[in-house]
Amino acid sequence: MVKKIYFQSIFFSFFFIKEAFTAESGGMPQLNPEFWVSQIFWLILTFGIMYLVLSKLILPKISNNLESRKSQILENIEAAEKQREDSDAKLKEYDEIISKSKLEANSIFNQAREKVLKDIGAKREVLDKQIDNEIAEAEKEIDALRKNAPDKINKIAIETSSELLQKLIGAEVNNSSISAIVDDLSKRNGDKYYGN
Amino acid sequence: MAANPMSQFDVYRIGPEIKVGAFDISFTNASLFMILSTVSILLIFNLGSKKNSILPNKIQLLAELSYTFISKMISDTAGSKAKPYFAFIFSLFMFVLFCNMFGMIPYTFTVTSHIIVTFVLAAFIFIGVTVIGFIKHGFGYLKLFVPSGVPAVLLPLIVVIEIISYLSRPISLSVRLFANMMAGHTMMKVFGGFVISLGIVGGWLPLSFSVALTGLEILVAFLQAYVFAILTCIYLNDALNLHH
Repeated sequence: MVKKIYFQSIFFSFFFIKEAFTAESGGMPQLNPEFWVSQIFWLILTFGIMYLVLSKLILPKISNNLESRKSQILENIEAAEKQREDSDAKLKEYDEIISKSKLEANSIFNQAREKVLKDIGAKREVLDKQIDNEIAEAEKEIDALRKNAPDKINKIAIETSSELLQKLIGAEVNNSSISAIVDDLSKRNGDKYYGN
Repeated sequence: MAANPMSQFDVYRIGPEIKVGAFDISFTNASLFMILSTVSILLIFNLGSKKNSILPNKIQLLAELSYTFISKMISDTAGSKAKPYFAFIFSLFMFVLFCNMFGMIPYTFTVTSHIIVTFVLAAFIFIGVTVIGFIKHGFGYLKLFVPSGVPAVLLPLIVVIEIISYLSRPISLSVRLFANMMAGHTMMKVFGGFVISLGIVGGWLPLSFSVALTGLEILVAFLQAYVFAILTCIYLNDALNLHH
């Protein structure tokens, strides 16, 4: 339906055009030379003036505008680039400062630690020495005591046994014989008491 | 008169008859629209070039976009040697474009729908390009008609064909624009007439056609101006860079 109307309309259009060509002044107004000279004249006049004004006044201005904008944009980009570089350099500097101060802090900390450790070591050495001395002294004392102990015990044993004998028997016994017996006994039993 | 689709192309006198010698150069509706087109072009581009702001306003953007569009078109087709002819091709493109576009307003006259106007433009381009060719290359410009790499047997035929094609350039250039404009406007007028004759019942279909055709014709108006300018560039390229 739509197609049919479309083709019909095209047909009618040709019909109308044909009718128009035949009805009025015979054909296209474009081919009527009555105003050709006038059209040529006005075309040359208007186009010529327009060309002159455009080429001499307006187009150079537009091209200038474009050039100046381009150069300004380039300048701005350059400036921005420079500023970016500056800020990069500053950032680097900042990073350097930070890392440097970190290192410094580290070294200070290490120094302090070393110092403290040294102090501790020195104090410990002194204390160790003291302790060692005391231990040595105590050992010496103990040794001395241990060395004296059998003699004293022997002496006590001799005196006690001589007194005992005196009381029991009522006769004085020769101390030297008693001491020989005690010595012998203590020698025999010393291992049992002292373990040496 | 309104029913005749060709009556929109009538040229009529506005004001008194002006005669210079034997020639009638009266002010007509064609002259009126030529002046309207040129004045609006000058106005727009004057406004567009007045201020130079980094962020262009709309009219400045329009002017600068047209400038770069056409300069790119010229450098793409005719190379850097065509730079001195930029102003001419710019004016040509703008003139044809504005005449075409003014023709799209109802009740206006389309200057470019007249063969004499387009032919004068095309003839001027043809003569100008030929003169430039002979100035740049002397008689070497005639080598344009002898393509390289053609067998000697075919050469006479090719040369004749080349000469005919060269000579038909102004005709093809002018008739292309004129016929496009005339045909489009006639079609629109015819469909517009159908809207009336078919009335409220059947008029909707031609009306929708008319709307679609208007869009198409605006496209054609731009396209034909572009084609006109780019063909000029191509002819100019032949004259400037002779490497056929």
